[in-house]
Amino acid sequence: MQDTDHKERTTSRRQFLKAAGTVAGATVGLPGTSKAFDLEELFQQHFRELSQEDLERVLQRMERKYEEEYGKPFSVEATGPLDGVMFGYGLDISRCIGCRRCVYACVDENNQSRDPQIHYIRVLEFEREEVQRWIDFEKGDPFYDHEEVPAEGKLYLPVACQQCEEPECVRACPTTATWQEPDGIVVIDYDWCIGCRYCMAACPYGARHFNWTEPGIPEDEVNPKTHYLGNRPRAHGVVEKCTWCIQRTREGRYTACVEACPVGARKFGNMLDPKSEIRYLIEHKRTFVLKAELDTKPKFFYFYG
Amino acid sequence: MKILDFAMFSVRQVLSGGRAYYMWLAFLGVLILVGLAGYRETLIHGHIVSNMRDPVPWGVFIGTYAFFVGVAAAAVALSVPGYVYHWKPIKEIVVLGEIIAISAVIMCILFVMSDLGHPERFWHLLPVVGKPNIPRSMIAMNVLILNGYLVLNLVIVTYFLYCSYVGRPYNRVFFMTLMLASIPAAISIHATTAFIFNVLPARPYWNSAILVPRFIATALCAGPALMVLAFQILRKVAKIGIRDEALHKIVEMTVIVLFVNLLLFFAEVVTEYRSATAHTVHMQYYFQGLGDHVRLVSWAWSGAACNITAFFLLLVPRTRKHPVTMNIACALVFVGVFIEKGIGLVLPGFTPGTLGEVYEYVPSMPEVMILVGVAGVGIFVFTILSKIAIPLTFREEGESESELELSGA
Repeated sequence: MQDTDHKERTTSRRQFLKAAGTVAGATVGLPGTSKAFDLEELFQQHFRELSQEDLERVLQRMERKYEEEYGKPFSVEATGPLDGVMFGYGLDISRCIGCRRCVYACVDENNQSRDPQIHYIRVLEFEREEVQRWIDFEKGDPFYDHEEVPAEGKLYLPVACQQCEEPECVRACPTTATWQEPDGIVVIDYDWCIGCRYCMAACPYGARHFNWTEPGIPEDEVNPKTHYLGNRPRAHGVVEKCTWCIQRTREGRYTACVEACPVGARKFGNMLDPKSEIRYLIEHKRTFVLKAELDTKPKFFYFYG
Repeated sequence: MKILDFAMFSVRQVLSGGRAYYMWLAFLGVLILVGLAGYRETLIHGHIVSNMRDPVPWGVFIGTYAFFVGVAAAAVALSVPGYVYHWKPIKEIVVLGEIIAISAVIMCILFVMSDLGHPERFWHLLPVVGKPNIPRSMIAMNVLILNGYLVLNLVIVTYFLYCSYVGRPYNRVFFMTLMLASIPAAISIHATTAFIFNVLPARPYWNSAILVPRFIATALCAGPALMVLAFQILRKVAKIGIRDEALHKIVEMTVIVLFVNLLLFFAEVVTEYRSATAHTVHMQYYFQGLGDHVRLVSWAWSGAACNITAFFLLLVPRTRKHPVTMNIACALVFVGVFIEKGIGLVLPGFTPGTLGEVYEYVPSMPEVMILVGVAGVGIFVFTILSKIAIPLTFREEGESESELELSGA
């Protein structure tokens, strides 16, 4: 419960700083988008090296910026990991019907660009017989388009970030802009990423996506409840990825994809909790991970229910 | 004050020249403007104006980057015979090789900057102020070593020319230390470039230890081939005494390395096709195409044809020494390696992608424009640096070695 205290403390501190910021802004008469803020952005330090005070200032600046851009109040949190939590994910491929509701729930929750489209989850369709031997990704079709799913004789394999224990992307990143949090989530500091896309070359699962241009999110669809390391709107020229809805899961909620799945194929929880559902299925089901031979140690387990 | 004089001399050298010289500079200026126009599109719309997309996140910039790091590393092809074996005809032109290296590194830096989504954040890569992921990230390593190599070469060239300008012998220990240090540095810049690609388990096409020696071998073919062509142009334009025997020696080395390169390449092809695992699909895409996706096939075969033709032209002593066939062969090596190591390295690595999708990349117009612009900058740097170096290195045609040797003794 230590974390709750911590959170309350920061919240009150932030309210204070917010007020102070408003006063200062009014005194100097600076509009929120003045050049000075861009300079601040340019010289902003790495997320993990920001002092508590600097972090508060940065979060506030972001809130102001997003509010102006999208015309509604925004919250940008930086809630830390909970003690004794290591997240894990399970996916029952015998249940998945390939409806892609998870794909779009994810887009809505995580403020992915609609134009051009960015999807964190990619659902691959296979001939059922093909997969009985092994998964040959070249035989998977991500662009299937049927009137009704599931289509006869097909099997669906949704793939997103596997939240590896030994993430290739983290090793590749030349600026340490991406790392694994103590609760196992691999995150990106979008303000530190230089956009070299080496992580995309390194990721064996196609989980990383680049903003090739300014992301397009309609004002009325944007999700204003955000996390610094998660779903806050990104800028052009940086890489983004699934964060297991860090803004939700660190507050004890399920990810958007888990909630959206109509057949209950998606499972999520704390692997360190012996009573959790994820722990149960790891212990009792025949699970497998993708590309196990690369030894990236995914925390994303597939199983046949 | 002598340094100031030297600086003034350099500026005068760069600014003074005949009509042809100014025309040449103007031409390069146009190339650079084309590049800026291409980059302007990127600044306005983002990298969406390129044809790179998520499945193929790197294209012609990174391919050409790998190629020109190789050209930069090839300065060792001159500094080894010149300063390890003290072979005079090449010793005279080592400084020109270093100038090619400097120009190539500057091009590499520009390629990377054009490729970055946020070039203004480049300082995140620097030690102390930034947070470079050293030694785990091969890009961070490569950036660090490449910049060190640039500084090293700039110091060597500037010091050498300065001594030559004031007419005093260079400090032997200082100069030789730097010169010898530049040899492992050159190999390191290219080994780390190969490591960028071959350490990735996600990309089986690159994930082969042989990529490192292949990189060095291709570098030591393409770089010297470019030098032979560039030196002949300089010899004609600036009327300086670069000896034929120097050129022939360089070409002789080139053909040996070209053989090694073909051997390594052949080893890779045999290994892939004979073992015929799921990973062979990338090489199949390159040489045979996958279904309707055959865009790279003619490109692949023309690259191989260039290299093999060049090998035989350079193997036979008559065609190796004949100026026309020698130059054709050098041009073929340059083009062949450019094909094999640029697009031919990067694209098959990404195709098919990690989840099996095939996206066929072809550079977009802005990408080609930026390529032209960066080449313009490279040639411009080479032009002005040679303009300063030539009168200091080659005092007069025919007696080039005497002054240098005196000052070096």
